Amino acid sequence: MKTRMLGFAVAIGLVLVPPASFAQKNSCLECHKTLEGELKAPAESFAQDVHQQFGLSCRDCHGGNPAEDDADRSMGASFKGVPKRARIPEFCARCHADAAYMRTFNPSLRVDQLSQYGTSKHGRRLKAGDTKAAVCVDCHGAHGIQSAKFPKSPTFPWNIPQTCGRCHADPKLMKDYQIPTNQLEEYKGSVHAQALFEKKDLSAPACNDCHGNHGAVPPEVQSIASVCRQCHPSTGELFSKSPHKKAFDEIGRSECEACHGNHKIVRPTNDMLGTGEKSVCLQCHDAASPGYKVAAAMKDLTDGYEARYQKNLNLLAQAEKKGVEVSEPKYRLQEANTVLISARNLTHGLSLNDLKKTLGEGETTLTEVEKEGVAALDEAKFRRTGLIIATFFLALFGVALFLKIRSMRKPDA
Amino acid sequence: MTKIVRNIVAFFNERLQVQPLFDFAKKKKVPEHSYSFWYYFGGICLFLTGIQVATGMMLMLYYTPSIDAAHESIQFIMSHVKFGWLIRSVHSWTANILIGIIFVHMFSTYFLKAYRKPRELTWITGFFLLIFFLAFGFSGYLLPWNELSYFATRVGTDIAGSLPLIGKWLKTVILGGSDVSQATLSRFFWLHVAILPIAALAVIGIHVLLVQILGMSKPIGLDERKVKEISFFPDFIYKDALGWTLILVLVGIICVFLPWEVGTKADPFAATPLGIKPEWYFTFMFTTLKIIPSHVLFIEGEKLAILVFMAGGLFWMLVPFIDRRAAREKKSPLFSWIGIAVGLYIAVMTILTYTVPKL
Amino acid sequence: MNRRRFINLFFGGSFLATVGAFLFPVIRYLLPPKQAEAAQKKVAAAKVGELAPNSAKIFKFGSAPGILINSSDGKLLAFSAVCTHLTCTVTYQADTSTMYCPCHNGRFDLAGNVISGPPPAPLEVYQVDVAGEDIIVSKKG
Repeated sequence: MKTRMLGFAVAIGLVLVPPASFAQKNSCLECHKTLEGELKAPAESFAQDVHQQFGLSCRDCHGGNPAEDDADRSMGASFKGVPKRARIPEFCARCHADAAYMRTFNPSLRVDQLSQYGTSKHGRRLKAGDTKAAVCVDCHGAHGIQSAKFPKSPTFPWNIPQTCGRCHADPKLMKDYQIPTNQLEEYKGSVHAQALFEKKDLSAPACNDCHGNHGAVPPEVQSIASVCRQCHPSTGELFSKSPHKKAFDEIGRSECEACHGNHKIVRPTNDMLGTGEKSVCLQCHDAASPGYKVAAAMKDLTDGYEARYQKNLNLLAQAEKKGVEVSEPKYRLQEANTVLISARNLTHGLSLNDLKKTLGEGETTLTEVEKEGVAALDEAKFRRTGLIIATFFLALFGVALFLKIRSMRKPDA
Repeated sequence: MTKIVRNIVAFFNERLQVQPLFDFAKKKKVPEHSYSFWYYFGGICLFLTGIQVATGMMLMLYYTPSIDAAHESIQFIMSHVKFGWLIRSVHSWTANILIGIIFVHMFSTYFLKAYRKPRELTWITGFFLLIFFLAFGFSGYLLPWNELSYFATRVGTDIAGSLPLIGKWLKTVILGGSDVSQATLSRFFWLHVAILPIAALAVIGIHVLLVQILGMSKPIGLDERKVKEISFFPDFIYKDALGWTLILVLVGIICVFLPWEVGTKADPFAATPLGIKPEWYFTFMFTTLKIIPSHVLFIEGEKLAILVFMAGGLFWMLVPFIDRRAAREKKSPLFSWIGIAVGLYIAVMTILTYTVPKL
Repeated sequence: MNRRRFINLFFGGSFLATVGAFLFPVIRYLLPPKQAEAAQKKVAAAKVGELAPNSAKIFKFGSAPGILINSSDGKLLAFSAVCTHLTCTVTYQADTSTMYCPCHNGRFDLAGNVISGPPPAPLEVYQVDVAGEDIIVSKKG
């Protein structure tokens, strides 16, 4: 009986040993999880780390022997410890710049981050001995690193402004560098931020789309225009064909930025044209110049068109409120809005004739929509009139019935 | 004028021999007492059904029961067909009003114990009519093929699918497949314009015939001294007509100021909109299923609720045979209390659906 | 005229007026409207031979623009011209044989798929048929 039970236990043990040995021992995690504060945090956050998902662990970056429970033996000769800030880029690049190694995990990942970083402002300052400059862990984190494709990652598009802003919006940190710290605030007021944060449009630019990721530098005067042209090529083309291109090149001003700003790029309105106080044309053109007249003419055209568009919008909204079905004209009005957008784009070409032609096409749509809008309001009025008439007849009939009923009630003799 | 009418009547009388009908109509009397106000509701149901048949037939002229064209045809009716907005809005609003009036009619006859002998069959045919009109509502709701219709149908048929034993088969038969699709639309259209109208017409015929043969039921123990008799034709008819005229005015005002919306076209691949629910007359069952715990003792909560509803429906249908006291012309307070409980339950569950959305 | 006659006349008259007020909308409803059918899901976009190879034309499909392309190897293709990014109207670029959205540099291939730029979804593909002299575009499926 006893031998049989012993044999049984040994069999069970033998079955369990192979699986148990697959769960590799990690004394680093086991020990650090029992500690407090800064020493505990890496062990806790590592569970979410992308490196852990690829089967890497503490030893692969920090060295040491995770099979040893004893602190001295586990953090023995091969242990690299916490790398110094100035050494962190090389520390990460040990793997991330090794194409052959990275290929075994994810062949599509880039391996030039370190060389890019070397050209960046951050990289150059670090090389010059400034350890306050951003290194890998400042943007990516250290132990809970996630792929930039994950929404919770600090390098996911809509988290990037906050990540950069951690330093660049901090006046105390930036005190020594003599660069402004209002970029994040300005960006947050921009149409790009609205697209990214509110509309969740991931194609909208965050800091890295204009400044670069690892090779981040503020774009030079010449390159600003190219940077904007990445997403706004038609505008850029129009500008390049216009007389402004030569003029801007001569005075050495950056193209798009001169009128639209760099971080607080807001949705353009007609007020940016013309000769009013919000006009950007007045930056260079005074009242005597031909440019002034063109500016004024362009504003009149777009203003007139927009006013008509708005009028139609209100007309249809009114009709809809009164219960008339206006989804078709509403859809067509959207086309008129597209014309307005392309007209505003056209202003970069500075051609009054082109502008007139485009707006003219939109005017036809507006005329049709206006006709339908007015018809819709008439229909609403017709319905109410009809209701009054029908109710009146029904009321008469009701009174007649009532009289009939009353006369019936008079008892027959 | 009346001479011409008399001649026409005489013409048909000689050939169709309808004189006995006229004699019957002339002699038919309707009792008037403190509860006779409730008599009007049956006639209102009939009147509203007539409106539904008329507007429904007119809608069929421009409606297309195909998933590529259904929504567009409704859009067309609402915007391009002269008075299309009116016909369609009347049809949609009256459908809801009709079901509301059916509930009033049902509960008023219940509390007045009008179901008691000899009117058991009137009650049972009425019960079937309730089922038919709920089916009318459910099938009609899908026809515009908009977002609300599509998902409400999905939710509704899912519940049918969770019935024990026959659930999966029943759901497939209702849907014409495994999902809400063209097959479903064709099937619901077939039900809504052919099968249900014929069935409802036949049962309404029996129901109304029974009312004519048996006359109006009077409350149990009513003091006969307080009862007056008026003739059905023309006195009661005029009073009926007054009620119908008022309803027409109401419907007209609602349709001009609150036309029924077209909605967005159904997109089977879109996510189910938040807070989707069936039409209000199904919400008491829907909300019950939502709040019942997932397991009650050893039975799945949803299945238990459905079984209780079915048992409740069966009880409701057979109440004339279960209420022995009323059958003996004795006051039956127990059944009145049951009725109040049922009515309160339906009312509370319906109100809860709309006031506490995050159930 | 005594009271009874008055009531009867009033009754009859108001009844007729009410019936009239109901017949008027019903009859107008039954008469065919000017636009004979609901929104066309089939459109004659162009005539055969109107488009040279490797060129395109914008046409009206329902209440939105569509684009009909005669590709360089003579195939007729049609798509919704509403860019899936921010609803600008796409154009056809003969030099790259792609559809291009000038608003933010979105580019689609001749299967409607997004090749580059911000559009999040492909363009809807339409069915093209030739009926005699007309090129008919309709929704697929």
